[in-house]
Amino acid sequence: MSAVNAPSYDASSRQPDGIRQVRALPRRRPGEVFAAVALAGPAMALLLVLFILPVVAIVAVAVTDWQFGTRSLNFIGLANFRAIFADDIFLASLRNTAIYVSIVMPGTVLGGLAIALLIESGDSLRGFYRAIHFLPFMATLAAMATVWEALLHPTIGLVNNTFAAVGLPTANWLRDETTVLPVLAVIGIWQNLGFAMVLFLAGLKSIPQDLYDAADIDGADQWLDRLITVTLPMLGPIAMFVVVVVALRAFEAFDTVQILTQGGPGHASELLLHTLYRESFEFLRAGYGAAITVVFLVIAITLTLIQARLIDKRVHYQ
Amino acid sequence: MSRADHRLSWPVAMARHALLLAGSGLMLLPFVWMISLSLKPPEEIFRSSFSLLPQHWYVIENYAKALTAAALPRYMANGVLVCASILALQILICAPCAYALAKLEFAGRDLLFRLVLVGLLIPHQVLAVPLFILGYRVGLLNSYAALIFPFVVSPFGIFLFRQFFRSIPDEIVHAARLDGLSELAIVWRIMLPMAMPTIVAFSILSVVAHWNDLFWPLIAVKSPKLMPPALGVVIFRGGEASTEYGPLMAGAVLVILPLVLAFIVVQRWFIEGLTSTSLK
Repeated sequence: MSAVNAPSYDASSRQPDGIRQVRALPRRRPGEVFAAVALAGPAMALLLVLFILPVVAIVAVAVTDWQFGTRSLNFIGLANFRAIFADDIFLASLRNTAIYVSIVMPGTVLGGLAIALLIESGDSLRGFYRAIHFLPFMATLAAMATVWEALLHPTIGLVNNTFAAVGLPTANWLRDETTVLPVLAVIGIWQNLGFAMVLFLAGLKSIPQDLYDAADIDGADQWLDRLITVTLPMLGPIAMFVVVVVALRAFEAFDTVQILTQGGPGHASELLLHTLYRESFEFLRAGYGAAITVVFLVIAITLTLIQARLIDKRVHYQ
Repeated sequence: MSRADHRLSWPVAMARHALLLAGSGLMLLPFVWMISLSLKPPEEIFRSSFSLLPQHWYVIENYAKALTAAALPRYMANGVLVCASILALQILICAPCAYALAKLEFAGRDLLFRLVLVGLLIPHQVLAVPLFILGYRVGLLNSYAALIFPFVVSPFGIFLFRQFFRSIPDEIVHAARLDGLSELAIVWRIMLPMAMPTIVAFSILSVVAHWNDLFWPLIAVKSPKLMPPALGVVIFRGGEASTEYGPLMAGAVLVILPLVLAFIVVQRWFIEGLTSTSLK
């Protein structure tokens, strides 16, 4: 993504030997235009039809009264947006999503960081620990959600049986308004922790050994000293990046809600993407669903732009 | 590696293993429980005493039921077909475009690349309603094509391949042209073979994403004959009484098995592919 802000295409090295040029002159080889159309054309046409136009369409639907199957279409301005922001279910969904992200994000980032530091602090069984912690990220979440349902089953679930055995409070985790969202968040952390971990492991590998040697000479030879003076400061940029990526993934949570709770009980676990799906495809309220989609898009784009900015920063540091 | 010149004293090393083993236990718990339930008969599942292994093994019954009652082999075959088609089309469509963006000079190139970057910003779920309507109008819904068409072009794929192609020296392209290769031949016979690490990384991301995807299949297909694995599990769970944990867990094991096995065999590729593509 570093190219976002750096549109330099090293033009001087692009032309055949002997043709020195100061600036990129387009169409030096006339054949290249033809080749470019042939090679890039299909992808660009599809990008237009499958990405750009649908986004335009969804914004258009959001500001009209269009419904599935109707032919009439009137501009109604922001009425759909006023409607969703007056809707308790949408507001609950927005609030739940914020809570969900604010549990999953720190839980995943801190957990992933801790595991990465522990793995990197020794020599033995690194690959083994890395693989195990990464496994949940790979496994089909829809299938694993059914396993979590069995684990959380009120009478035969392992969680309640274990909690009861050691004297902890038990609950009907997925049917209780107070527990359902935190429990979904725990599943979210379980799934994404390994992802944060591998990103941190990559970050740890990129810290130059010189810095540790220098810290040694300065007397920072204890593990904790090295952690505070070298490791954590050097991980700063990548940690910011992991925070945003994990926030984005948490923001797009859908499978566990759809399979385990359907947003219930009483909309206590309604998350934005699930609300979007329900309004658009179950209740078939096109304009309403489109307005939610636009809100979803705006938040997602904001997070992605922050992420792109952070990658640029990271590149500058090196 | 290089940091290991600070040898851990043995209590510290033991503490490291203790913490990591505890973490591993928590991570693996759902997998262990899934396998355990998939081996047990219903009466043992509903007995609330804890035991990892069954008293009466019920493996054949559970797995046979998952394979027959739920059309699980069909879902998995659908998954293979859909993932393979998506990946093949993505590479076929994105690689030439990435080459044009990386190595050719033409007016509008920067504009096209901006279009790709805009595509990168858009979460795919946002496109669901317009793509659903498009699929309906063209008569694609409820078919394999419906599962495939939204993903045939990947802005991320174009971006990734462009980044790699840019790192290949121009001299190689010039030499190939002097040898009389067409631009398309340069993409297939020179560029892509050199881009193997990028292809592997992109393939892993693509296959994992689409094997596990639930959101779009839920919208695009209604016929159980067409369903990919993630959606198949959901239907299996809803279709049977959801108290049939044994077969359901057996089904879950079978659905996650291909990716987990692939991951165990080529762990390095998965993790390196994922980190390199996330950070570049």
